[in-house]
Amino acid sequence: MIDLLAQADTAVDGLKAVGAGLGYGLAAIGPGVGIGLVVGNAITAMARQPESAGMVRTTMFLGIAFTEALALIGFVVFILLNFA
Amino acid sequence: MNESTEQRRLASSDVEQNQEPEKGIVADMIVRGMKVAPVWLLFSWLIWGIDGVASSAYGLGLIFANFIAAAAFLTWAGRISTAALMFAALGGFIVRLGVLTLAVVAASKISVFAPVPLGITIIVSHLGLLVWETRYVSLSLAYPGLGPAHITQTNHKETK
Repeated sequence: MIDLLAQADTAVDGLKAVGAGLGYGLAAIGPGVGIGLVVGNAITAMARQPESAGMVRTTMFLGIAFTEALALIGFVVFILLNFA
Repeated sequence: MNESTEQRRLASSDVEQNQEPEKGIVADMIVRGMKVAPVWLLFSWLIWGIDGVASSAYGLGLIFANFIAAAAFLTWAGRISTAALMFAALGGFIVRLGVLTLAVVAASKISVFAPVPLGITIIVSHLGLLVWETRYVSLSLAYPGLGPAHITQTNHKETK
């Protein structure tokens, strides 16, 4: 009985680690797509209006950082599942 | 150097600065972050104790380093080409996430590591600094005259 409980405990730890890794990986997909869209559209805008490149890059940088916040939330969930 | 040449030189350097705005944005964010950091660390100490202060300080350091790395990489790539900018944005995202993960996994071996204050600090500082900066950038893009006093005064002197 004790052996079974110990095995179940190990399995739960393993599943937690798998869940943390999967969650982090899945959470990084959306921001990756988002950053691609942000930068792609910013480059289009800079090609159409080179004189407004400074303003476009300002907006692009902030857009990238905001999108990255989603990945950081996934990262924090990974930290909490693995180390808390 | 006569006055008109000097004005053209100042104008061109102004354009160059505007072409690389990431440095200015991140410098603003770091300055604001450094101002708020003591308050946040005190708050962490009151709630989580010494472990919380150490982990919060580490989280703030990670976020500052993340912003600096993003700006440096994008500025460097922007000087090369727009294709390099695309590569830097997407490659930099993956690299920075990997470095953040390694940094946290390495720090988890330290005895004062506390995951909850670290996680909360990462999210709050990242989003807080971004919202603060966006508010200022939105104001200054729509109403350039509302920029901080020292910048507005410098531009005014240059145009005189």
